[in-house]
Amino acid sequence: MSPRAKTALEPAKTNPELIRNFCIIAHIDHGKSTLADRMLQLTGVVDDRSMRAQYLDRMDIERERGITIKSQAVRMPWELDGQTYALNMIDTPGHVDFTYEVSRSLAACEGAVLLVDAAQGIEAQTLANLYLALENDLTIIPVLNKIDLPAAQPEKYAEELAELIGGKPEDCLKVSGKTGVGVDQLLDVIIRTVPNPVGDPNAPARAMIFDSVYDTYRGVVTYVRMVDGSLSAREKITMLSTKAVHELLEIGVSSPEPEPTKGLGVGEVGYLITGVKDVRQSKVGDTVTTSLKPATTALKGYSEPKPMVFSGIYPIDGSDYPNLREALDKLKLSDASLVYEPETSVALGFGFRCGFLGLLHLEIITERLEREFGLDLIATAPSVVYEVTLDDKKEVTVTNPSEYPVGKISKVLEPIVRATILSPKDYVGTIMELCQSRRGNMLDMQYFGTDRVQLRYDMPLAEIVFDFFDNLKSRTQGYASLDYEENGLSEGDLVKVDILLQGEQVDAFSAIVHREKAYAYGVMMTSKLRELIPRQQFEVPIQAAVGARIIARETIRAMRKDVLAKCYGGDISRKRKLLEKQKEGKKRMKMVGRVEVPQEAFIAALSSDTEKKGEKKGK
Amino acid sequence: MAQLPKGEPAPSDGRITKLFDSAQHSFHAYVHIPYCLTRCGYCDFNTYTASELANHRRDEYFEYVLKEISFSREVLAASEVIARPISTVFFGGGTPTLLAADDLIQILQGLRSTFGISPEAEITTEANPDSVDESYLEKLFEAGFNRISFGMQSAVPEVLKVLERTHNPENVEKNVAIAKRIGFQTSVDLIYGTPGESLADWKKSLQVATSLETDHISAYSLIVEPGTKLNRQIESGQISPPDEDLHAQMYEMVEQVLVEAGFRNYEVSNWARGVDSRSKHNMAYWQSQDWWGYGPGAHSHIAGNRFWNVKHPAAYAERISQAISPALERELVDSDNRVVEKVMLELRLVDGVDVQWLRSQGLAGPKIVAELIADELIEGASAISGRMTLTPKGRLLADAVIRKVLEF
Repeated sequence: MSPRAKTALEPAKTNPELIRNFCIIAHIDHGKSTLADRMLQLTGVVDDRSMRAQYLDRMDIERERGITIKSQAVRMPWELDGQTYALNMIDTPGHVDFTYEVSRSLAACEGAVLLVDAAQGIEAQTLANLYLALENDLTIIPVLNKIDLPAAQPEKYAEELAELIGGKPEDCLKVSGKTGVGVDQLLDVIIRTVPNPVGDPNAPARAMIFDSVYDTYRGVVTYVRMVDGSLSAREKITMLSTKAVHELLEIGVSSPEPEPTKGLGVGEVGYLITGVKDVRQSKVGDTVTTSLKPATTALKGYSEPKPMVFSGIYPIDGSDYPNLREALDKLKLSDASLVYEPETSVALGFGFRCGFLGLLHLEIITERLEREFGLDLIATAPSVVYEVTLDDKKEVTVTNPSEYPVGKISKVLEPIVRATILSPKDYVGTIMELCQSRRGNMLDMQYFGTDRVQLRYDMPLAEIVFDFFDNLKSRTQGYASLDYEENGLSEGDLVKVDILLQGEQVDAFSAIVHREKAYAYGVMMTSKLRELIPRQQFEVPIQAAVGARIIARETIRAMRKDVLAKCYGGDISRKRKLLEKQKEGKKRMKMVGRVEVPQEAFIAALSSDTEKKGEKKGK
Repeated sequence: MAQLPKGEPAPSDGRITKLFDSAQHSFHAYVHIPYCLTRCGYCDFNTYTASELANHRRDEYFEYVLKEISFSREVLAASEVIARPISTVFFGGGTPTLLAADDLIQILQGLRSTFGISPEAEITTEANPDSVDESYLEKLFEAGFNRISFGMQSAVPEVLKVLERTHNPENVEKNVAIAKRIGFQTSVDLIYGTPGESLADWKKSLQVATSLETDHISAYSLIVEPGTKLNRQIESGQISPPDEDLHAQMYEMVEQVLVEAGFRNYEVSNWARGVDSRSKHNMAYWQSQDWWGYGPGAHSHIAGNRFWNVKHPAAYAERISQAISPALERELVDSDNRVVEKVMLELRLVDGVDVQWLRSQGLAGPKIVAELIADELIEGASAISGRMTLTPKGRLLADAVIRKVLEF
């Protein structure tokens, strides 16, 4: 085994030939963070005492869910054949919602470790990221992890990997992030096979931002990969997309705690601190240059994040509205892809229409709002963006079903995604059935190894947004994995279904669905509401309607008894307090016409049993 | 057992903070007898069986009550609350008739000698049909008792069994007849909506009850109180929970049967043959008069003060022996809450609440009254002539009406 390097190379002066920039591509739960932990320990940048599990994952949510949301870069020294090298490990976000961020992280590397659980084989998201890595011409190092597990089948999956990326099954490294077996060899292989970065040290500085993180104490921390030239401390920098100028308050590398340096040179990876407080001023994909001698051409690949999924987020206690605004403003500092604007709902009061990259993003944001800011929230059913053309040629963009135009509609376009599903072959039938029922259009089917199949479908995003993933998981005992990417717009035969309580429309329950599914949605929603809304003193009809046509109806029978039988001397104080409590409880009631609807009913109706959004730990 | 309400600590000298001069209000006494032979599965009253009270002598209980009576007299005097003769006395429990007739009589004499009792006073005791006989009732009558309220609950043995009532149904008939012959006003308590009880069962109980020809009948829907055995049986699935719709039907049935038998409803759960046979004592509660409740866990209401005694008989005896006020906590009912209580209590009565008075309190605007009439919850004609009174449908939804009127 290679020894730990005695002295690390000094940043800003490192010969690019001694630098290796790599990332780890892995499915959630395939052990990326644990492998990273072992590397940190083995290279000595984190001593055993201060080691904690999943060292690099900062947020509680990340550690709990075992997923990495924000990537980071760590500089580690390693010695091979008597020469000390600097390894930069760039941690990539592991979820489809963050594809753009993944692609920027990959663009900062020359090599990628393709990490696959030896008991599970490759999954759809890993394939998607592998695809991106190959697009970026990265050198791929196939690695099977968790070989210590009794269920591990390294030979089988080595063949699968070899088939996928070319090469021989025996070239596939076998490691255990848990026990550390094979991790030192992996570091050696990274040095041997990953090309060193190449750039022009004398050209105007160009550094690509691959991550931008808000830190409460330091403001925005920008992670960059130097491509050409160099940056040094106390220098003025310019963001090429906005031409904004900032002073560099600090420049440095993470190893993994931040260490200020004199600067960063060609091929190096490090961080910048300018004192800006908002990540939007430091956008992922943008090019940083010096103000004194600016570069003229930006590095390619920059694009603005585009929200794909929208949901109305409302505070349960209306008086929390200003707090929700403040919380969103704060989250926005660290998440440039979050968009929101105020919205009013008849049923839910004041809230915000929020746009997200995908379902997981939505879930993470609502969870952070609740956890970090102590808010109780209701989120409306997620919706996609529809482009509606009216008969008079007027075009309307609809992100909220209740804004769906009334009147003559000539055309509705909805976003389509290309979905890749990977699963053991036994489940192909049930998956096809599910995709079919979700208006999927099958593109192809491909076998990996002997028992795994990749299915590709074009499917409306709206169908995925509505509990598709949970359905997929339950039909396949958790074995199938899903990845999707945008694939344009397509015309759909869509209608808006409204839900009416005693004739009053409840905006929060309106949904845009395919015409053939309107009835099913209407029946589902009306029967659910009948269970959830308490009986009133009068009969309450619940109807589902498309335009003026009623497609489903349920009735809440009138409450017949609401009286305390006994009210004698000893009961009076208690009874009065009960009344006061009911008065308090009424504050949590929303009035729809004369019907009192408890907040809980809205929450329950909006979060269907099966609708657990986003990727969960499988199996 | 039912929790006491939450209040502020009561002063140890028992002193009353007069919120207003209640000299015009009548004065009443409630005496709590905290003993039962067995505990019934549905009951959450403050009562104890012999085995639950070790080292406690029932035969000395009346002496503690007598001490509290003298103490109450001193407290009223010290608090400058004008003493008035007692208008009604009510012995409740528990099972008052588990005490010797002489014990009850001693307590009544104590009240008489301390405060005086109006000549026309209503003096009631609750009675378990099994624990009285002719001589017992005669003794009470001679001492001034004039009304007996029997805990009948049901005439159907299966229903009594679910309720864990151990009395022999035949004793109800026998003892009501004896009480009437002696000269008592009589009443029976009924419970409807017991799990398993059918409409036919309920009809039978009503028929038996009306055949007794009492002056008064109370009928309560079964309330499953937290902490009771019945509640545990329901939560564990051994017994199915009461059905509120069935309760409503049963209520409609009791109204119909009792009206046919010559009774008139005067409070949500109470029916009487005539105005004179209404329970005057209970009317005092509902009209926010002054009363002192004697005994453990008993509640009092004097000049805007509500206070309640410590619950356990041993703790009560301890305080009385040490001449400390047995009141545990109190609540000073301010004028806003007095309005709430008045609406809450008086809307349940046949005469309802004066609409002009409600208006003067800023309540019951025209829109609310009109809606209540339209929903058939209050009598339209009565509202137009100035009283807000519940319809039979409104009685079943009285709490909803009360909340609406109070804008809660």
